[in-house]
Amino acid sequence: MPHDSDPSHPHSLLPPDPALRVQALETILREKGLIDPDALAAIISTYENDIGPQNGARVVAKAWCDDGFRARLLADPMPLLQDLGFYGRQGEHMVIVENTAALHNLVVCTLCSCYPWPLLGIPPAWYKSDAYRARAVREPRRVLAEFGVSLPDSTAIRVWDSTAEIRYLVLPMRPPETADLDEVALCDWVSRDCMIGMGLPRAPK
Amino acid sequence: MATLSAAGIIGQIEDKLMSLEIGQAPVFEQPWHAQLFALTVHLHRDGCFEWSDWGQLFGAKLKAHGVSKQLNGGDDYFAAWLAAFESLLNDLQLADPAQIEDMRAAWVQAYLHTPHGKPVKLT
Repeated sequence: MPHDSDPSHPHSLLPPDPALRVQALETILREKGLIDPDALAAIISTYENDIGPQNGARVVAKAWCDDGFRARLLADPMPLLQDLGFYGRQGEHMVIVENTAALHNLVVCTLCSCYPWPLLGIPPAWYKSDAYRARAVREPRRVLAEFGVSLPDSTAIRVWDSTAEIRYLVLPMRPPETADLDEVALCDWVSRDCMIGMGLPRAPK
Repeated sequence: MATLSAAGIIGQIEDKLMSLEIGQAPVFEQPWHAQLFALTVHLHRDGCFEWSDWGQLFGAKLKAHGVSKQLNGGDDYFAAWLAAFESLLNDLQLADPAQIEDMRAAWVQAYLHTPHGKPVKLT
């Protein structure tokens, strides 16, 4: 990226090699008429600003408040998610898995980083790291503890391995202290991590 | 992966935890990560390839890149994505390695010949 006024750089500063390669690919594809620069910018803006864990949080909060919705969500989520507008690329076939006192669910993608984009947005770096992808399957209880989630031995852990076709969302347990809160207030208790199974609902700061 | 000690793996995930405050990390760490993501989504949206095929290709690249080092979820991850995307474009006959290298070299020259502070353009 160019500096403003640095005499030690008479020319523009050279970006890192992968950035140059991506720039080259964009140029080639644009010259072939396959890429619209405005559409590229719109895609980036959408995933940076509009699609994120706030969508999943709305679904969880609704399920906590409405037993009928919760039952339908667990049985057949796609019609409900389509109605809510949380449907699209990488969220075509969702499975909702419910945490209970006896079972805690954890989601990983051992192949690459499959993730429910319409509900959670783009995965965080740790979800994409080799360390998480390998260890979540091998030693989930220990990884959870490192993320600050200590589960009693009586709670079993089930790890769900996402695929390009099927994505998972964890429905966490509603904290007892939220009994008086409405759906909107509950959304603030639902973090991205608890919908992956790597966290628990917590009071907003 | 098997060549790394458990302590090394744990160390790395602990490093991740240190930088993990919810909501603070940008969606994309680098502009080129975002640009590469958008290029891939754009072509997929236009029906150039199936996402399941992309998943297999990308997963294989991640595995290959992960043989010699433990990949982080940032630059390492997107370096594998880039390698997979270049391979995909070659398979689709949209861009071959020589074309990509020529265009990359052209961009390098453009940067080197653009005075500081001026917009960089291909000539």
